Amino acid sequence: MSGLLKIIIQRLFLGLITLLVVSVIIFTAVNLLPGDFAQAILGQGATEEAVAAIREQLGLDQHPVQRYFQWLAGALQGDLGTPMSQALFKSFAGTNTGESDVTVLSQIGPRFANTMFLAAVTAAIAVPLSIFLGILTALYRNSAFDRAMNVFTLSSISSPEFFLAYILILFLAVLNPIFPSLSNIFEGMAFGDRLEKTMLPALTLTLVVTAHMMRMTRAAIINLLASPYIEMARLKGLSPMRVIVKHALPNALAPIINVVALNLAYLITGVVIVEVVFVYPGIGQLFVDSVKIRDIPVVQACCLIFAAAYILLNLTADILSIISNPRLRHPK
Amino acid sequence: MSQLLKIRGLKIEGRSDETWNPIINGVDLDLNKGEVLGLIGESGAGKSTIGLAAMGYTRDGVRISDGSVEFEGVDLVTASAAVKRGLLGSRIAYVAQSAAASFNPAHRIIDQHTEAPTQHNVSSKADSEADGMELYRRLRLPNPNEIGFRYPHQVSGGQLQRAMTAMAMSCRPDLIIFDEPTTALDVTTQIEVLAAIRDIVEQFDTAAIYITHDLAVVAQMADKIKVLLRGDEVEEADTRTMLSAPTEDYTKSLWAVRSFERPAKPAINVKATPIVSVQGVTAAYGKVDVLHDVSFDIHEGRTVAVVGESGSGKSTTARCITGLLPPRIGHIEFEGVQMPLDYRKRDKMQLRQAQMIYQMADTALNPRKTIGETIGRPVEFYMGLTGKEKRKRVEALLDEIELEPSQYIDRLPSELSGGQKQRIGIARALAAEPKFIICDEVTSALDQLVAEGILKLLAKLQDELGLSYMFITHDLATVRAISDEVVVMKDGVVVEQGPKLDMFQPPHHPYTDLLLSSVPEMDPDWLSNLLESRGVDNIGDAAVDKM
Repeated sequence: MSGLLKIIIQRLFLGLITLLVVSVIIFTAVNLLPGDFAQAILGQGATEEAVAAIREQLGLDQHPVQRYFQWLAGALQGDLGTPMSQALFKSFAGTNTGESDVTVLSQIGPRFANTMFLAAVTAAIAVPLSIFLGILTALYRNSAFDRAMNVFTLSSISSPEFFLAYILILFLAVLNPIFPSLSNIFEGMAFGDRLEKTMLPALTLTLVVTAHMMRMTRAAIINLLASPYIEMARLKGLSPMRVIVKHALPNALAPIINVVALNLAYLITGVVIVEVVFVYPGIGQLFVDSVKIRDIPVVQACCLIFAAAYILLNLTADILSIISNPRLRHPK
Repeated sequence: MSQLLKIRGLKIEGRSDETWNPIINGVDLDLNKGEVLGLIGESGAGKSTIGLAAMGYTRDGVRISDGSVEFEGVDLVTASAAVKRGLLGSRIAYVAQSAAASFNPAHRIIDQHTEAPTQHNVSSKADSEADGMELYRRLRLPNPNEIGFRYPHQVSGGQLQRAMTAMAMSCRPDLIIFDEPTTALDVTTQIEVLAAIRDIVEQFDTAAIYITHDLAVVAQMADKIKVLLRGDEVEEADTRTMLSAPTEDYTKSLWAVRSFERPAKPAINVKATPIVSVQGVTAAYGKVDVLHDVSFDIHEGRTVAVVGESGSGKSTTARCITGLLPPRIGHIEFEGVQMPLDYRKRDKMQLRQAQMIYQMADTALNPRKTIGETIGRPVEFYMGLTGKEKRKRVEALLDEIELEPSQYIDRLPSELSGGQKQRIGIARALAAEPKFIICDEVTSALDQLVAEGILKLLAKLQDELGLSYMFITHDLATVRAISDEVVVMKDGVVVEQGPKLDMFQPPHHPYTDLLLSSVPEMDPDWLSNLLESRGVDNIGDAAVDKM
């Protein structure tokens, strides 16, 4: 087990370095974009003086390298900065310059919590469902059921997300009003209400991620069905279901865990379209808006969160794969 | 004795390229309670297929097309899946060739042992666990109360094979199918497993079908023997009759394989420079020394057999000679000239000197290259021949290994049989025109008749070209057939070496003695006599540990 701990520490350290590299790339990329916050907020009719004034207020006239290290110094102390839009608003309202009680953290925090809630609800539906369907399709492989499931999940993954969302709205909100079509959740909402309002986006995302996980489960299990120990299990007179669940599945876990982790990461980082369709106040929408107005501190923070999600989920997947392998768990 | 299993007119087909081809063409088989039937034949004879069909089971792409398999009156061919599941595991059990592959790596041994009894409602988990430990004790597994709680990868191959026999016994079945249960084991381990299987089958009066290609093994285990050839029965008789008076020519030819032996050569001229001289070689994988001060010479036109169990350092020695694994201490001489230890530092002439032929001809040939390309490559690389000359040389080499050039030169390895592939391996080694060839278990993956053909070819080439061989093997019958000198290795140390005649004459080093006496003989009383002479508690592991 000490070997496992060493791997975890090693990977966390590598993860930190990755985050640093990501922050440099994002900072450079945003700076390479034409225009900056001042131009974006003032529009085309802006005078040069007004643009320069805002730049000076926000420190945008300083050299990018200097700005990056200022940001990095703050970030290392837990201060991810102030969103430029908020800072500017405050300065116009007459309350101080540059300083503000709205920080990047306080702006992203609730949004990120919403995103995690949506991802968790989706995962709670999609992961058991796809593994269960994967087992069933492996058990009844090449049957009509297997083919129907494959066609269904492949069509849903091939359709654009907004299309799936509108189909679900049509059937589950308009024709049969079961769930609300607007997911305008807010802080302090009761859990039940929140869950109800989250159902449609969660179901849409479930349709998007199920195909990968189900097909990987099916393929990983079928791959093992030719192995001698599966033949042995059959020759012991075990039921086909037991052969698959007890003898094939435990040996197929590693690839399944990895695909699940990748899909969960997708749920945290890539759901802008679903958020827009259902007006769900998640982090994706905020991220896109911030890129549009070149609000660098917010963009940086979002990217770091996305990168961290990938790193942590992959690390978790690796650890679970190791734990699921008795050869690594119980060395000779 | 009442009849347990009755197979009539069994026909089995296998699918390839969308058509069904016959594998078994109508075989009958009868087995009474408590009786052991030996099924023997070469690979492809359909032994395993019949064994599985006796359980009403066929692998994917195989089907029973005709005939009946009656187990106590129930026809397993027409029975529903549920009826078959009720019998499998509880009344009919299976012991597979490779226990390492047939135990599920994800579960403890004991949990796999108790699965059949609990699933078939034969006994509770606790009772079956206790019974498992009792069986482990009877099968003489070390730490019988503890070994079941390990995972399969934590237990050695021979022990796993016994645990699998115990698992088959867990429901006290009436019939067990043993599918080559000792083929993958060393001779010394094989003895233990054979003795354990025979004891337990006798104790519980279990009927068994024992599948093997090793005649000497089947002679120890079976009451009667059935010989198969390409899906047809050749003959069946009780064991002693079959061994002493086989009636069919094919059976006689199987029996005769073991009698191939080369005439002894004159003694070595001690003053001559050996072709290869291994001098005080110590080599390590990582930080662990696996060879300790290994020295031996190989003279011109001689065959030196290197013998030992798996893990004794035979192949590692070969890797040192070829320079794949530079020794930590010691050096290698070719014709008196010291070679660079690392193959990367040897020039073409030096590389040419040592060629290799591998155990698995399947994996040693590039599946995408034709035979002509595979053999042509060293012809071009070492001899610098191209175009017409190269083709002529390849054809000559094919002639040499007794394959018709025009038929084989454009084929891919997948279009050849196992024995033919091994011949291509030989031709590839000959292409470099070496004086010395390392043969690493070249016959152990082949059937006896095919193996004999390869051995005769190697002997012929040695006589014609004056080649020297280092022959790595764990099969002492092969040693007896082809070698001039023998080197016995154990745990990376040479325990004994000398001319073959001396080695097969007592007195031996105790380890050589153990190896020699562990090779099954065709005498049906051999195992009983051997166990008696060693003392029941002194088989296998115990005997090795004592030294």
